[in-house]
Amino acid sequence: MIEHFPVLVIVIPLVLALIAPVAGRFNRIYSWAIAFLATLFSFMVAVILLQQVMSSGTISYWMGGWEPPWGIEYVIDYLSAFVLLIVSFLAFAVTIFARKSVAEEIDEEKHPAFYGVYLLFITGLMGMIVTGDVFNLYVFLEISSLTGYALVAMGRRRRAPLAGFRYLVIGTVGATFILLGIGYLYIATGTLNMADLGLRLPGLFNSRLVITAFAFFAIGFSIKIALFPLHTWLPDAYTYAPSSVSALMASTGTKVGAYSFIRIIFTVFGVKVFLNQWVSVPYFFLIIASVAMLVGSILAIAQTNIKKMLAYSSVSQIGYIILGVFLMNPIGLQGGLLHIFNHALMKCALFMSVGCIAYKTGISNINDLKGLGFKKPYAMAAFTVGALSMIGIPLTVGFVSKWYLALGSLENGMWYLIPVIVISSILMLAYFWRVIDNIYFKAGEQIDVVKMPATPASMVIPTVIVAALCLVFGTLAFIPVGITEKAALLLLG
Amino acid sequence: MDVVTSVKPLYAILISLVTVVLVLAFPKKPAFRDNCTVVSAIVTFAIILSMLPWIRQGGMLEYDLVTVLPGLEIALRVDALGMVFALTASFLWLITSFYTIGYMSSHYAEDYAGRSVDRFFAFFLIAMASAIGTAFASNLFTLYIFYEILTLCTYPLVAYDKTEEALYGARKYLIHLLGTSLLFFLPAIFLTYYYTGTLDFSTSGILAGTAPDAVLIITFILFIAGIAKAALMPFHAWLPAAMVAPTPVSALLHAVAVVKAGVFTVIRVVLFIFGVDLLKGLSLGYYLAYFAAFTIIVASLIALRQDNLKRRLAYSTVSQLSYTILGVALLTPSAVTGSVLHLVIHAFGKITLFFAAGAIYVVSGKTEISQMNGIGKKMPITMAAFTIGALSMISIPPAAGFLSKWYLTMGAVEADQLALVAVLALSSLLNAAYFLPIVYRAFLKPAVENGEEVKIKEAPAFMVGALMITSIAVLCLFFAPSVFLDLARMIVAAM
Repeated sequence: MIEHFPVLVIVIPLVLALIAPVAGRFNRIYSWAIAFLATLFSFMVAVILLQQVMSSGTISYWMGGWEPPWGIEYVIDYLSAFVLLIVSFLAFAVTIFARKSVAEEIDEEKHPAFYGVYLLFITGLMGMIVTGDVFNLYVFLEISSLTGYALVAMGRRRRAPLAGFRYLVIGTVGATFILLGIGYLYIATGTLNMADLGLRLPGLFNSRLVITAFAFFAIGFSIKIALFPLHTWLPDAYTYAPSSVSALMASTGTKVGAYSFIRIIFTVFGVKVFLNQWVSVPYFFLIIASVAMLVGSILAIAQTNIKKMLAYSSVSQIGYIILGVFLMNPIGLQGGLLHIFNHALMKCALFMSVGCIAYKTGISNINDLKGLGFKKPYAMAAFTVGALSMIGIPLTVGFVSKWYLALGSLENGMWYLIPVIVISSILMLAYFWRVIDNIYFKAGEQIDVVKMPATPASMVIPTVIVAALCLVFGTLAFIPVGITEKAALLLLG
Repeated sequence: MDVVTSVKPLYAILISLVTVVLVLAFPKKPAFRDNCTVVSAIVTFAIILSMLPWIRQGGMLEYDLVTVLPGLEIALRVDALGMVFALTASFLWLITSFYTIGYMSSHYAEDYAGRSVDRFFAFFLIAMASAIGTAFASNLFTLYIFYEILTLCTYPLVAYDKTEEALYGARKYLIHLLGTSLLFFLPAIFLTYYYTGTLDFSTSGILAGTAPDAVLIITFILFIAGIAKAALMPFHAWLPAAMVAPTPVSALLHAVAVVKAGVFTVIRVVLFIFGVDLLKGLSLGYYLAYFAAFTIIVASLIALRQDNLKRRLAYSTVSQLSYTILGVALLTPSAVTGSVLHLVIHAFGKITLFFAAGAIYVVSGKTEISQMNGIGKKMPITMAAFTIGALSMISIPPAAGFLSKWYLTMGAVEADQLALVAVLALSSLLNAAYFLPIVYRAFLKPAVENGEEVKIKEAPAFMVGALMITSIAVLCLFFAPSVFLDLARMIVAAM
């Protein structure tokens, strides 16, 4: 049984995704219960897989017993086990959060379909993480993208379908680029297995085909992870999606895209080509990442809708991850990987706490948050912790990844990246403090009169737990650092 | 030197935090809250006092909490310098806790039993815990954490009145303190870590011989610019802005805990991160000393023009803080002794002045100096205490301010910086020019307003008692400075 765990992590949510809409026909709550079980199970499997990797090294699973490179291979190494754990845990937390939140935001008859699509989205993400085959990667990418478009479009606001549609159009273009990249690699090498590609590609790096393939991957993934300036789909999608969908997508969606990009860069193409032949590529992406970090934050300052502000802040955070990746040294890469983990935690906490406030009030404007710090103390405390973590105050997770990114920059002698990191943090202070000021220090006028509806415990508890983890892993930072250290060394060979 | 592992420094921090939990867990019980606060202040002071004999014998206490990352540890260590700051802060906190109870119960009488005053006390206690944490930090990382917590938890105290003015002042406060610490202080710590691999304080400094000179100079500038709590110009504007806070906050936090945490950090960085030899080699000390001298004079000149009493005191604080920086920047034994002494003595003097300003405000609502004619006749104890505080600022015996100024002047002579001796003398003159008119007005002008005699009397007993104690302490420190002087000499001996 235990040897099938790498595939079970996909099969279980996939099968349950098909059962959920059917079961929901008998009683609406069943479809949620199935989603709950599926994510709980995935989380437990992820924990076991990480333990296995830590005790006995990389796990390779051959789909149907076919030996790679002919068959599809699933690979669980430090990196995939780590990302799997983050995604499955946050999916689990958001599922608990979703029960009441979805009940309030989405029409009742749509619930069975929602949870079906929701589980398919998670299936797609899980698949992208464990697969060791580029075409299989594309299949899972499409599963998660198509379901992602649908999830966004289920939002309550009238602009949600439009946001979903925009996401669909831009996302499809991105996916097509990735597919073309895969096709070109296949033409060049005749294989689709990542490890096998990694062996065959060196020596072909002067081929136009391979260069074009990388360019297509770069564009495709830049769209998928919303790297500036290809981020335009993201703000609307996060803003108009239902609260639980924003929380899930913001914390896991783009992170898994970044993970796949990392796989393509380091496992398929290998770090050597970027250090020796395509030296301008890392520089190009470092510039893009720096611009993203600054512009994303500046755009966030201009927002009045809190979800949109968080969405733009995600644009800048993606810049941090890409910065770490393209520093191409162990410390910097570690910073990027840590930021995948850290940003997933803090963004999840932030979006869920905003969801708690929006519950039955629909509040989304920053000015309407006045005085809520004392009416919704737990949700707003979670928001504050998330905000401090984004700014990068020590003892929060945000500090740890920024510390490593700065160390990595100096390691390359790129001291000029440190001011970029620092200034971007200051900009975050500016836009988050505006919110905190409203929450705690400005007396609410209209809201004083209206009694705030109580937020269900099933929404508040996961929010507070995720926020608390921002502090736990910020203080006991050696735990994630221990894992990413091994993952980074493995990727860099 | 004997280093012993002990939980005492941790307890000294935790007592206040436990009290925070108690205060918030049982809201709207003013008597319970007040008792808790006073008891915790007494216990904290007692714990710190119990560590004093061991420190005076040349020992140290240590307690490691958690290793966040290799080289980034949260650890506590009590040494002579930390003891000086912790002893001052915890003693004055004990006095201030009484004063605060008196002030809050008479000035915010209507919501004294409410949650907002509960929160006020809670944040005050967190601020004290982090001030003591700053004192006992054994490395820069730990110090930085407490430094930041101190900023964050004093923000609600500054914004307490929630008026437009209070929010504006609080925002200015936060932007200056958090902004500079993130922009400059943290990168400086980062550079130190990158080049040395450690952040532990060492009596000989840790940076010597690790990095190119240019990097060391940049790091030094980043440190000095980043520690805005020391209010060195041009990063001083937050301090006058913070005067919108209730007076106990201005008294303890903006004359003692917060600003002293700033100069304390400067001393730590200068002596324990860079080290005397390295700074002498780079001759950075003199630049810093002249920078501080500039602040001393300019802040005094600005203070002359302030009519609002608290603002005048704030600018005086800006000026006096730079005495401490000037002393440590000169790097000579007497100057450093003077610097450490001034950290203590200025705290006692300035808190007395603020206590007096708060007492006047509570009984009469007066904030401007021009309204204070004859107030000394109505509030003789308050104004007598004020006068002692003012004498200490001007440094006239038998007020303790004379002692630290004496050592500082000797230090300037030792360093052959006669221009700085002149600065110190000029500063005394300026101090006299903006403090003595207040004393003159209070005692010698008639207490008449619009043709009627002003009818006020002394403030509540808790407040008057507090300012009596601190003013007497200012005198006692002149006659018996041995505790702090010995500790200062130990710091100098280890240099």
